[in-house]
Parts: sequence; C-alpha cells; structure tokens
Amino acid sequence: MFRANRLALAHYWVAFGLFLPAVVLGAWQMLMRSPLPAPLDDSNLYYASVTLHGTVMAYVLTTFFVMGFGYAVTASSLGRPIRGMRAAWIGFGICLVGTLMAAATIIAGHATVLYTFYPPLLASTWFYGGVFLLVGGSMIWVVLMIVNMSLWKREHPGAPVPLAMFAITATACLWAWTASGVAVELLGVILPAALGMTRQIDAGLARTLFSVTLHAIVYFWLMPAYIAFYALLPQVAGGRLYSDKMARLVFIMFLVFSLPVGMHHLFADPEHGVGFKFLQTVFTFFVVLPTLLTVFTICASLEIAGRARGGRGVFGWIGALPWREPMMLASGLSFLMLGLGGFGGLINMSYAMNSMIHNTSWVTAHFHLIFGGTVVIMYFAIAYEMWPRLTGRPLRSKTLARWQLWLWFWGMLITTIPWHIAGLLGQPRRVANFDYRIPQVARTAALVDVSVVGGVMLLVSAVLLIFILVRSHFAARSEARREPVPAPIPALHYALAVYPPQRVPAALNGFAVWNVVVLVLVVAAYGYPIGQFFFLKPHSAPAYPVTRP
Amino acid sequence: MLALLAVMLGVVVVSGVAQALHPPSNVETIDPLTLHLGGEFVESNLGTAQEADGSVTVRLIAEQFGFVPNCVTVPEGTLVRFRVTSPDVIHGLILADTNVNTMVVPGFVAEVRTRFGAVGDYTMPCHEFCGVGHQGMWARVTVIPKDQFSAPPLARTRCVPR
Repeated sequence: MFRANRLALAHYWVAFGLFLPAVVLGAWQMLMRSPLPAPLDDSNLYYASVTLHGTVMAYVLTTFFVMGFGYAVTASSLGRPIRGMRAAWIGFGICLVGTLMAAATIIAGHATVLYTFYPPLLASTWFYGGVFLLVGGSMIWVVLMIVNMSLWKREHPGAPVPLAMFAITATACLWAWTASGVAVELLGVILPAALGMTRQIDAGLARTLFSVTLHAIVYFWLMPAYIAFYALLPQVAGGRLYSDKMARLVFIMFLVFSLPVGMHHLFADPEHGVGFKFLQTVFTFFVVLPTLLTVFTICASLEIAGRARGGRGVFGWIGALPWREPMMLASGLSFLMLGLGGFGGLINMSYAMNSMIHNTSWVTAHFHLIFGGTVVIMYFAIAYEMWPRLTGRPLRSKTLARWQLWLWFWGMLITTIPWHIAGLLGQPRRVANFDYRIPQVARTAALVDVSVVGGVMLLVSAVLLIFILVRSHFAARSEARREPVPAPIPALHYALAVYPPQRVPAALNGFAVWNVVVLVLVVAAYGYPIGQFFFLKPHSAPAYPVTRP
Repeated sequence: MLALLAVMLGVVVVSGVAQALHPPSNVETIDPLTLHLGGEFVESNLGTAQEADGSVTVRLIAEQFGFVPNCVTVPEGTLVRFRVTSPDVIHGLILADTNVNTMVVPGFVAEVRTRFGAVGDYTMPCHEFCGVGHQGMWARVTVIPKDQFSAPPLARTRCVPR
C-alpha cells in the first residue's frame, strides 16, 4: 500500500505544483484586461499566458489529479496493491515529459494558439507532441484501471465491484472515448501540417473533431467530484449512501451521454446544419439527468446522516451535519456553485439562447464556476481527505483548510458573477485588452474591476492550499514532536449503502455493453457531421504558423 | 424530471422559432484560396447591398486583424443579412444587444440575420482568438433611419470609420 501512496502523491504534487503558477497567470490576465494598470502590459505575453493557463488547468491539473485519485481509489477500495505498478510509473513519466515539453514551448513563445489549438493557426510541433504524450501516457492509466477492475472481478465471481472502483473505471472508459477526438485531430489534421507533410488545414473538420473531446472532457474533470459525493461524503457526514444502484446508474449515464453532445460548442459555427445541432441539443439535455439524480441521492444520503446525528424537523438535519469537516464544507459549497453554474449551462446548451452569449465572458464565467468552482473545490477536499492517509501525517490544519475553501468559494463568485453580466453586455472573451473609451465597452469597466478582486482572493486561496499541503506533508514531524502522542489516522473508508448490494446485474457491474452503446451514439451523432467534410467542395485554408513575435 | 426536460426543450424550440434567433447553419463552402479573385466576396462587392425585396445584405471579410470593410451602414427596422467569411484563420463577430453572433470559419460562409430596432453605432469585435493582434480587431455598424438609407441597386455603401 505504501508504494501506491507514493504513486498517488507524485501525481497529486504535479497537479497542484503546476496549479499554483497557473492561478498566478490567471490573476495577472484579469489585471491585464481590466482598466487597472498591469505589470508587463504586453498582449503577446497575454495570449501565451492564456495558452499556458488553459493547458495547465484543463489538461495537466485534471489528468494528473484524476490519475492519482484513480490509483489511490484502486488500492484503497480493492484493499490490495495495484497490479502494474511499473507501467503506472512509466505512464507518469511519459505524462510528465509531455507536460514539460508543452509548457516549455509555450513559454518560449512558439505555441500561442490557446489550449483549444484553433487551426489553421499552427504552433510548434513540440507543443502538440507534448500534449499528445500527456494524453497518450494517460492511456496507460486507463488500461490499468480496467485491468485492476477485471482481475478483481475474476477473483471475486459474482461479487459487486466496490462502487468507488466501478466509478473510477467508468471515468477511465470515458477518458479513452473523450481523448479520441483530440487524438484524431492531432494525428489526422494538425501534426501532418506541423511536420510539413500538408500545407492546408480543414478548419471545420478540426473544430468538429475537437468538439468530440471538448464537452466530454468536462465530465472527465467532474468525475472525481462525483465519486467523492457518492463514496466519501456520506461516510464523512456520518451516514450512509441512499442507493448504491442509483450511483452505478449515474456513472453509466455520464459515460453514455457525455460523448454525443459536443456540438453544442459549435452552435454558432457555419459548417453544420440545424439538424445535427438540434439532435445534440436534445442529447445534451439528457446529461442533466445524472446530475439531477445525484442532487436527489446525495441530499437523501445527507438527510440520513443529519437525522442520525440528532437533527430534527424539515431543515434541522442540515445544521446537524459536520460542517467543520473540509469534505462536508467543500461539498456544500460545490453544490451551491453547481446550482448557479448549472442554470447558466442550460442557456449555453440551448441552440437559440446560445446566440446571446456565445464566445462572450459569460462562457468564461460559466466554465470557471463549474470547473474552477464546483470541480476544483472538490479536488481540494479530496486532497485534504487523502493527505493524512497518503503521508501518514495529520492535516495541518482543518481550520486553515476551511479558510482556504471559503476564500475559493467567495473568490470564484466575485470573479464569475461580474463576468456573467459583462458577457450579457456583449464583452468578447480572450481579448488581451479593451479600449474602455468605446461606449459599449465602457459599461463593462466596473464589472471587470470587481472581478479582479475575486481573482486576488483565488490567488490567496491557492497559495494557502499549497501551504497547507506542504506543511502537512513535510513539516509534520517537527510539529508532531510537540504532541507526545499523535492521534492515530483512521484508514480511508468508503460510504456503505443503506442496503449494501449482495449481487448486481452484470450491466451494473461492468462496461462492455455500455461501451457499445457509446459507440452507437457517437456514430449516430457525429458520423454525418464528420463524414460531410470528405464530400464538401474544397474549403481548406493554408496553415498559419505562429512564431515568436 | 422528464417533464422538466420536456419543458426546457420546449423553451428552446419556441425561442428559436418565435424569436428568430437563427445561428448560422447554412453550410455553404467557399475556397479561401480564391475568394478574393472573383465571385461574391471580391473586394468591390463588400459592404451593404440593397436587395430587390427591400432587405439588405452586408458582405464582410474577417481577416487578421480587421474586418473589410471595417465600418458599414445599415437601415433601421429592415431585415439585414450578414454574410461573412475568412481567407485565413478562424474569427468571429458579435453585435452586443442584438442576436448577431457567429463564428467565421475559413472555408465556409456564415450567414446571420437581424433587424436593428434603434438608430446608433454598434461596435463589432472579433470574438475568437485569431492571433497576436486579436485585441485590435474591432469594426463598427452604423444604423441610420430607414428613409436616410439609399444604396443604388448595384453600388455598395460603406461608412468612413471615425
């Protein structure tokens, strides 16, 4: 188990180690685009910074965190060492090399294409190669998750796979499907141009392939948060999970419905007709289902916990919950942000209403609230929950952790609420600086100023996070000396269901059939939209290499 | 819960049909290598054109890092059809306070329609990252009273940027 702990910690440290500088960049970017004076006022630096911020947050923080979480869950939920440790470390190494390659290329100024690439803009091959290694290396993790679950099932015939393991394997399957879009885009469209084998790029095809990845990846980011809601939170709250089968169904629904919905990012694109845009709008609505089921199941589980702790009355059980626990507090704040961000998402996914906010600051606000807020605050909570188990030293301290979580919550709200409004006023996103003398721009100035305050709060919170993690991990020995008898750290326990399942149907204990369903849905939703590009009249544009200015 | 989803889907359909929010879904290809040599997007054909049915069509090129032309005049209360394409990379445009919001993808003509309810100046930024000069890519749409707008059937009107 000790070896698995080191593996998980290595992944977590890469994730959080790069997270902090990416937050610093984010705060500086907010200052740049505000009416306030900013240091290093340079638009070239701004776009390179956005590229690095996006690449680190969207690809590096998430992939490394999810992989580390997956290894920790595998070892602790199956209660045995991980099979394939050597392969896991090789995967870690490949991902790390890819990350450093991509980051160095961005810093050198040879990859200012943002994390969404935007071909025909063409960055250095080293950038795409780095991203490809990061994604490719993570496929070793995917295989290891599936192998570990399969071996356990073979050795325990008929027994239900522990829920946490089932859910992380769903995450692995989802990630493999998700990555297929960007992998085909890189291999089929971008790398041939970057290597000089072709001179032209089909921008419409590239955008469509990327859209396969672009929404499903959000659910890949989200899955650890949901696993924490189902498998950790009820235990921390002192209750039980309301329904194990419901939980399995939710993770299956995420796997099935995440893929055929990416075209809602292309509503304002001219290369697709209304038919498939509408079809994917409908599919997108189905993704709401697992989230609504989750809100129900988790509230029911928490009510069980609250009443077991002596809470009475219609709402009394809420106050009886252990809000001083970081996991409990973070989950509550996460749900609040999910509620706010979710309503914004309903507007984004609506074919027509999307016209009001497409590519405005509203969208930036939306995904910062959902990803930066709802999801990342749960990454913090998971780290706080796991740190003592992985390092063998107590968390120092829960009070600081609560401060950090509250700061992150308020910082995120103060950042994103003004952005939502500025977006409705038509402020375009991804612009280095604005001419605030233009009347239509001037009306957003005060909003942007307010959001800078939120950015500073987020920065303080991120510094505090690293301080807590470093202090708990490395400085704990000297602290422990003052306490003659350190309290023993209980092992990580996953929540039991009210009725723990003895047997579950095969469809709720594996993914074979569901992967077939995903394939059918992806072909139905994307077969024609991707295939059409091979029959349309010539429409490719020359590649535009971005070079260091 | 399914009823909830049905209601939300209903809102999408009704808002799309009744409020005339039409994202560009016309799927018209154009060769970005040759569009300047002839056809609809040759330079002399850019700007605002009067159609026989009383509506107007605004043809624009979005390129690194500006719109051609970078200022157009359109009449108030008239159906305005924007047709935009790009010879180089991906761009986009938005007119705040209207339903005009589209990506401009090289290889395709994006068409969006609107009707301006008020006279005045609208700023039109590029809203998709198109390179290091992206922040400077702003154009203007000037809406003038209907009776002051006159474009001979074959001429293309533009305005002088201020």
